Amino acid sequence: MGVTVSMTVNGARVSADLDPRTLLVQFLREHLRLTGTHVGCDTGQCGACTVHVGGRAVKSCLILAAQAEGAEVMTIEGVSRDGELHPMQAAFRDHHGLQCGFCTPGMVMNAIELAQKHPNPSEETVRAGLDGNYCRCTGYHNIVKAVQAGAAAMKR
Amino acid sequence: MHAFSYHRPATLKEAVSLLRKVENAKLLAGGQSLIPVLKLRLASPAAMIDLGAIEEMRGIKLEGETLTIGALTRHAEVAASKDVAIGIPALARLADGIGDRQVRNQGTLGGALANNDPAADYPAAVLGLGATVNTNKRAIGADRFFTGLFETVLKPGEIITSVAFPLANRAAYAKFRNPASRFAIVGVFVSEAAGNVRVAVTGAAPCVFRVKAMERKLAEKFAPDSIARVRVPPDNLSSDIHASAEYRAHLVTVMAQRAVEAALASK
Repeated sequence: MGVTVSMTVNGARVSADLDPRTLLVQFLREHLRLTGTHVGCDTGQCGACTVHVGGRAVKSCLILAAQAEGAEVMTIEGVSRDGELHPMQAAFRDHHGLQCGFCTPGMVMNAIELAQKHPNPSEETVRAGLDGNYCRCTGYHNIVKAVQAGAAAMKR
Repeated sequence: MHAFSYHRPATLKEAVSLLRKVENAKLLAGGQSLIPVLKLRLASPAAMIDLGAIEEMRGIKLEGETLTIGALTRHAEVAASKDVAIGIPALARLADGIGDRQVRNQGTLGGALANNDPAADYPAAVLGLGATVNTNKRAIGADRFFTGLFETVLKPGEIITSVAFPLANRAAYAKFRNPASRFAIVGVFVSEAAGNVRVAVTGAAPCVFRVKAMERKLAEKFAPDSIARVRVPPDNLSSDIHASAEYRAHLVTVMAQRAVEAALASK
């Protein structure tokens, strides 16, 4: 028995008839082909699949697509404007906040929402805020710098 | 995940009637514990009733001496709430230490209580404050609510609607967390209200429990030294790769003392 799901993804209305088991991340990647959102662990640990649902950073492998019914969903594909990187994306590039880049979409999506709630995050706030995002290139030091710089740039 | 049918009621009434009609159904709140359980096929309900659209079960209200929190209120909302900060600041801090940011943005109070994970944080606050768990059928005192490993007194057809926390003179939660899972290896919630002291421990045993020997000592004198020599016997405590029962027993006293110290500093 299918379920009809409608939501807004990166500003566009989308609707689909889905198997109720479909995770939000599967819907984004396999149905909408928005493959910028990554599946790292598929167990809710690594945070690579972080997207915004109703303005909240959540792990899209830990919710069903059906749970996002009617919600505004934002993925990494939706954060840049007119071909310009989002200030948080630019900060990750400027501060070498990535090596292989696999964790980066989740890092950036979590960091954007963190900066919206804490416009001047301390190093401690950033490190605690990134608890749910793993980087296996051990790039945390530069990621923290990038998030602080990105938060500052978002205020401009 | 095994296949299931999906229902998304808009009201509590509708949810209750679905729960009565649909066979082998499970309630879905935030899903931060349940979705992983489904993925591992540790549970395979025939139907999921998603409570996520029920607005009447959300929200925080501070009235008189009671802080009432809707069952679907997310951890991040509790952590950021002005009313919680005024009423029971220890509860806001506890909520801010659950899981990680993304989990706090999705997980709910009611879901955490119904699941009753032995290492979850909220059961310690509910038992440590002597809160009342309200369902569609009745009001359940904290001392009766938690019955065992992932078990509560909730009956089929029953849905947690809100939790009423009585305000305390002072309270604090001290958690020795597992750095990977962020669950409590041992967490102790201490509160004092009109001379009545409660000490609740999570993470140490299969189910949250009170330490009445500590409560008596703290009622005489609310100070860390009062309980320095009170030990919980390790016999019924959990033992795993993270900590032995003996170590957990040791941690209960240490974390209880830290909680008392933090509660004193908060006032």
